[in-house]
Amino acid sequence: MGEKLRITLGAVSRPLESLKIKTGDWGAEYPVVIEENCKACGDCVVYCPDLCIELVETGEVDEKGRKKKVAKVNYDYCKGCGTCSVVCRHDAIKMEIKEIYKG
Amino acid sequence: MSENMRLFGSGHGACPGCGLPIAVKSVLEATGPCFVANSTGCLEIISSQYGKSAWGVPYIHSVFENAAAVAAGIEAALKALGRKDEGPVVVFAGDGATADIGIGCLSGMFDRGHDVLYVCLDNEAYQNTGNQQSGLTPPGSSTTTTPAGKVLPGKVKAKKDMPAIALAHKARYVATASVAFPRDITRKVKRALEFEGPKYIQIHSVCVTGWGIDGKQAIPVARLAVETALYPLIEFEDGQLVRVRKIKDRKPVEEYLKPQRRFRHLFKHPKGKEVIAELQRVADENAKKFGLDA
Ligand code: SF4
Ligand code: SF4
Repeated sequence: MGEKLRITLGAVSRPLESLKIKTGDWGAEYPVVIEENCKACGDCVVYCPDLCIELVETGEVDEKGRKKKVAKVNYDYCKGCGTCSVVCRHDAIKMEIKEIYKG
Repeated sequence: MSENMRLFGSGHGACPGCGLPIAVKSVLEATGPCFVANSTGCLEIISSQYGKSAWGVPYIHSVFENAAAVAAGIEAALKALGRKDEGPVVVFAGDGATADIGIGCLSGMFDRGHDVLYVCLDNEAYQNTGNQQSGLTPPGSSTTTTPAGKVLPGKVKAKKDMPAIALAHKARYVATASVAFPRDITRKVKRALEFEGPKYIQIHSVCVTGWGIDGKQAIPVARLAVETALYPLIEFEDGQLVRVRKIKDRKPVEEYLKPQRRFRHLFKHPKGKEVIAELQRVADENAKKFGLDA
């Protein structure tokens, strides 16, 4: 007693195994962040259904001495849905057609 | 890896532009580590295939109808083992699992007063099997079981009022939310968790394939559902309406219906005008009942 009970029944999956599945090749389009427009508001991060946008430090500091951040897309998982470009209020994300779908 | 991604990860199988992952990550943002029971449905299919689980929290899928009962069992067990401090118990269930197939188990969970947060992900039809009508499908929607044809203009009956059903069970916190406003989802879940006992949140979640829209239209269309008052965002605490999302310059329902393939026939069907008028009446009634107009 005192020990935690551990029973394994049925099919058990391990956490976050989905990360092996690279969904980045699904879409025909991909988002491009226009860094000088990005205000690091985080809206695209909150909305991206594929959890593949993060705010990352640029290495620069702003006038108030705060570390500057910009949105960065992880193309391993981005499905090219375009949601980020629609919700961005600062015109900082443009969708582009992938090279192989051009022409 | 971002914070969000530790609880629910990339690589899941949702269609591009799907609302479900937005809803799920906004809920998990508020709950932090928790115990998830998920009924059969889109979310289960896209996130729990063997060897491809997108979950970073304890997760169980049992069958279609019993997620509320499974969650009740987990909650009772955690209580008995003195492990209530390890996180809340959360149900994620679709509209079909909630309003039709699992409504008995849900009613029992409410009735017994379990400390469970029940989240209904409302994409307004059985979408994982390809758009069959559920109790939460709105009137006029063309589904494979209510196809718009020569006689019928899509689904005829009303959308079931699940928040009212939850309120009738004296659920302590009842709210509606939308994937168009993810931060509002997070706030509502935080608030819900302050109440001990059953809580019900219904989140309007876009289905790009079932509704017949492009990924880029997903959020704008979800926003229009709120801005037309067809999907009122309301919040009840212990039976009292405490907050609503006000609407400035309420839009006519046509603006919400037009972009979606499931409603397209309404603009040429002989009975289409009647259905649109009925939906406008529902929206007007919502606006009046909940005081939505700003
Ligand atoms: S929504 Fe636009 S401005 Fe905001 S963080 Fe994303 S790219 Fe930057
Ligand atoms: S296109 Fe869609 S999946 Fe890709 S980063 Fe933008 S919101 Fe995420």
